[in-house]
Amino acid sequence: MGQFLQQLINGLTIGSFYALIALGYTMVYGVLKLINFAHGDLFMLGAYVGLVTLMGLVVNMGMSASLLVLLAIFLIVMVVIALVGIVLERVAYRPLYRAGRLPPVVSALGAAIFIQNAVMLLYGARYRTYPEEFKAIVPEVIWTVGGARISLMQVVMLAIAFVLMAGLYIFVQYTRVGTAMRAVSLDHDIARLMGIDVYRIIALVFIIGPALGAAGGVMVGLFYGRIYFTLGWGYGLKAFTAAILGGIGNIPGAMIGGLLLGVIEALATGFVSDAWKNAIAFVVLILILIWRPTGLLGERVVEKL
Amino acid sequence: MNAMKKIKGQFSRLQGLSERRKNLIIALLALLFPPFTHLLLGMGANRWTQVANFFFIYASLGLSLNIILGYAGLFQLGHAAFYAIGAYTTAVLSTKLGIPILLLLPLSGLVAAIFAILISRPILHLRGDYLCIVTIGFGEIVRIALRNDASSLAFLGKIPGLSGFAEKVSGLVITGGPNGIFGISRPSLFGFTLRQQWHYYYLFLVFVALTVFAMRRLENSRLGRAWACIREDELAAEAMGIDTVQMKLLAFAVGAAWAGVTGGLYASWITVIAPESFSFWESVIMFCIVVLGGTGSIPGVLVGAAGMVVLPELLRQVLLNIQQWRMLLFGAAMVLMMVFRPQGLWPSRRVRLGMEEEESLAAS
Repeated sequence: MGQFLQQLINGLTIGSFYALIALGYTMVYGVLKLINFAHGDLFMLGAYVGLVTLMGLVVNMGMSASLLVLLAIFLIVMVVIALVGIVLERVAYRPLYRAGRLPPVVSALGAAIFIQNAVMLLYGARYRTYPEEFKAIVPEVIWTVGGARISLMQVVMLAIAFVLMAGLYIFVQYTRVGTAMRAVSLDHDIARLMGIDVYRIIALVFIIGPALGAAGGVMVGLFYGRIYFTLGWGYGLKAFTAAILGGIGNIPGAMIGGLLLGVIEALATGFVSDAWKNAIAFVVLILILIWRPTGLLGERVVEKL
Repeated sequence: MNAMKKIKGQFSRLQGLSERRKNLIIALLALLFPPFTHLLLGMGANRWTQVANFFFIYASLGLSLNIILGYAGLFQLGHAAFYAIGAYTTAVLSTKLGIPILLLLPLSGLVAAIFAILISRPILHLRGDYLCIVTIGFGEIVRIALRNDASSLAFLGKIPGLSGFAEKVSGLVITGGPNGIFGISRPSLFGFTLRQQWHYYYLFLVFVALTVFAMRRLENSRLGRAWACIREDELAAEAMGIDTVQMKLLAFAVGAAWAGVTGGLYASWITVIAPESFSFWESVIMFCIVVLGGTGSIPGVLVGAAGMVVLPELLRQVLLNIQQWRMLLFGAAMVLMMVFRPQGLWPSRRVRLGMEEEESLAAS
């Protein structure tokens, strides 16, 4: 029982990272019907920008590591990556809106290769570690609950993820802009007729999605302590899986999908076999898709009538 | 200015050549490539013959994926799985049982096709992007399975009723785990064994020529037209009496078979294979070859393969002092290519006609 609880908590922590990244995939898919394969690499870039900001603020400028600094780091990283996201949309995707479904995918893959290699050239091919100073931000406290060990770091991670996701949910459900966003994801032409600036909404999606992914990047950096330039492939693929699992285009779906995928993976590691955990995650995904072809929360769409 | 005109004149003369003449010229150039580069570069030619061999492998992989992605319009991003299954079938049977390679090639294709039918049957009803992640998933599962080898399946012994399983698989080596399989035998015909790069060059050339010929026939066959119909409008296709499930299965099976044979050829050429040679990255390359070249177009796929395989190699030679910029430029080139030529380098007739129609509609 203790081990089960332990894996559940580990799974929820990893799952919250997946969920944050998956939101970027699902939001872009919602408005553009495009799989943004470069999103995983924006997440990775977020982890690196987080490292640089942390070094700049804490190590070079000598600020004492506090929760306020942590907040500042998150803000800076999210703004920077949001800017990168807008540029990406302008350069790589906007010219291709009318080109069908396959060309934007190749463009996205090209952008992913570009970002990955740019980071490798800038920061080197070896992994980088987050400096020790950050440890002062979140003290190492560990509780034991029912035989499972929970660290304060895990609680903080879950809390940050929860706040970001709840914020997004409220924004999308209850504000005017959020409503416009949902309208655009339903139908571009009708949304335009209703007076919505569709391009602006798309740009907004490319601000929010990458910003959330970047927050995930900083969290992975803080949690594991080391980052490398190929981080985006693995996490990106997992997050994309999570988005599909929940029903791509559906925002709560991505959250649930991410957490579920994390838990499946952790339980597979703990109870079946570590070497097979990724394969097991995919097998579960395939089984769920056979049972529900559009994911857990995806609406049943008839493509053509 | 005058020179420009001259070049243009030459070019238009080239365009005026009949289809048969053009094919003849291409065939001659391809046949003369190894001796010509040898005369020009001496021992350095080996390198370029090897690049040409890689081009052939990827061209035939691209053509096989083109059946699924281009003809039938199914979003397949895990094609490396079939390539891997073909390569490992050849590798395992040649090293364990010593069966000659040329017999193993069709068998590799068959195994890949059977596997494709088994896995694609339950997922055929999925919509485009859901199909995409499932094919990625299959690609990853195959790679992980090859990496873990049979002995890692010992955990299945925990299932009640399978208690003896762990002992049975422990120490069992089939795929060789992360190290893969080495010492795969080379193909031989009438006592002559292929060893040099240029030996393989001619083998691959014949194979790719055969593939192009087969694809041409396939494109305009009843089957090819049924695929085109499904790709354009599945509901209409079904209304016309096309068995869409059967046709999609066939697309997967034929595409997988061809990739499987190519995998066998690759294994017998490289003689060492490991799971990482069949990663997601390989599937991405194949996908880009098809889309960059021109989805559904045979010459397009060949041009795409040249772009994805030969171009990085040329960049490597040219950019000696800025070597590490190579992949950066490559990624940027992919984006720019799509932005300025979304239909691909050499689009198929059908796509070209569709675009012209759209343009004239927009103009009027």
